[in-house]
Amino acid sequence: MSGISFGQYYPARSLLHRLDPRIKIILTLLYIICSFMCKNIISYALLLFSAIILVIIGRVPVRIILKGLKGVLFILLFTAVLNIFWTTGDSLLWQWKFISIYAEGLYAALFIMIRISVLIIGTGMLLTYTTTPIALTNAIEDLLSPLKKLHVPVHSFAMMMTIALRFIPTLSEECERIMTAQKARGADFSSGGLIQRAKALIPVLIPLFVSAFNRAGDLATAMECRCYNGGEGRTRMNVRHLRFVDFIPLIVIIAFGAGLITLNILGIGYTA
Amino acid sequence: MSEPFIKIENLSYLYEDDSVDNSPALEGLSLEITKGEFVAVLGHNGSGKSTLAKLLNMILTPTKGKIIIDGKDITSEALSDDDVLSLRRTVGMVFQNPDNQLVATIVEDDVAFGLENLGIPSDEIRRRVDEALSDFGMLEYAKHEPHRLSGGQKQRVAIAGVMAMRPECVIFDESTAMLDPLGRKEVLDSILKLNREKQVTVIMITHYMDEAALADRIVVLNDGKMLIDGTPSEVFEKERMLLDAGLAIPQCTELVHRLRDSGIVLDGDCVDLDDCVELIANSIKII
Repeated sequence: MSGISFGQYYPARSLLHRLDPRIKIILTLLYIICSFMCKNIISYALLLFSAIILVIIGRVPVRIILKGLKGVLFILLFTAVLNIFWTTGDSLLWQWKFISIYAEGLYAALFIMIRISVLIIGTGMLLTYTTTPIALTNAIEDLLSPLKKLHVPVHSFAMMMTIALRFIPTLSEECERIMTAQKARGADFSSGGLIQRAKALIPVLIPLFVSAFNRAGDLATAMECRCYNGGEGRTRMNVRHLRFVDFIPLIVIIAFGAGLITLNILGIGYTA
Repeated sequence: MSEPFIKIENLSYLYEDDSVDNSPALEGLSLEITKGEFVAVLGHNGSGKSTLAKLLNMILTPTKGKIIIDGKDITSEALSDDDVLSLRRTVGMVFQNPDNQLVATIVEDDVAFGLENLGIPSDEIRRRVDEALSDFGMLEYAKHEPHRLSGGQKQRVAIAGVMAMRPECVIFDESTAMLDPLGRKEVLDSILKLNREKQVTVIMITHYMDEAALADRIVVLNDGKMLIDGTPSEVFEKERMLLDAGLAIPQCTELVHRLRDSGIVLDGDCVDLDDCVELIANSIKII
């Protein structure tokens, strides 16, 4: 169980790994907006190209990217099929009884597939593959910190996330231990129907919950003993100062978005 | 050394939900601990030793009696939040379960946790974290995730986290109870180091005799009352009393006692294995 890794973080040394997580979150949002601004074939090609560039800069193996896409393969194919058969247009390509396929349908299918894949690859490359969960949590806390003025408990949420991440491996180890112990007492987790299996898990879940509450109590005491007093007046060991270089990717993506808008206005190539 | 660092006066504590037997967890305990001392608090389960730790750290409030730490009455109701913070900074605590006291997902972040709470500037935190990690031999694990460390290593991280706050006193609440022999040794070495080299007052709560033997002074609790208070050799002399309190003396001390009982003259105290070896070697030389 020690080999467990949560999230999709892929450790590597790359520009994307080093980029400030706060910038990466903003970049991801902008990138998503960009992907929805694509209207014609050239901009979709550019979008696909940008995703490939991201993978190259981020130094994440293609194998891992494809594994990520496999999870949405069904959605990709389903939306593609829907678009092919249900889009109507002017240029009929093929017809058989009630099935008719238009060129517009093929384009729409292609576009939606590119958009979904790019969204998955883009958010993965900019966030989950290249940022540790803890860095992500801290970055979210930083970005949302203006909300503290509105009495939103941003720090508490970030602390909760951190503790959850810290205890996932501990509790999963514990869960395995309890399951082994119950198996030794004759519990059977692997046969019977769904309801029977769910029932078999009750003797695992109850001890796990009891222990989780005990741990929570201990941890709260330990945190108090180490002067934890909520987010007020707290400092951080690792403070990342934004330098000019950190803003360059933002400039690039804004330029990219501006390019896409220009393409839309010019209307070159096939436009959906 | 006029004023003791910790002064406990007539301390009693009664758990309110104790419906089964209404005997107090602690009863009329008085104790003085001076700065730089290494005190072991011994007792079997239910002797009140963990209650004492919780009282010292203001997790519980005493039913009766007073605790004065560094001139401040921590049981006083007039204690402000700032006082509580500064006391917790002065008196650190390391707990039994190594998993349940580490907060962060990376070792160095965990060591920094207390310092971050105190609002110390980041470069100072960095410095102190590195210092504390290297003091307890954990610097090479700075970027590791706690769940990948052994029990002894986790406890050393916890000790580093407490020591980074520069406390004057550290309480160890059965910090070795869940560790394997190797982990126990690592932690005991760290405890000795912070007492001998950093002159930190140590209160070690334990039920292991051989661990208590490392201390300057042992306080034995039984049923919430003070049973014996003295140096390890003084305490181990009182074998009968210890057995009645559900405690056994270290094997080597017992060996020396038995040899004496059977008429062999062994002069001197025996607290640990080295003493024992020396005593027996001397007596063989005399023969």
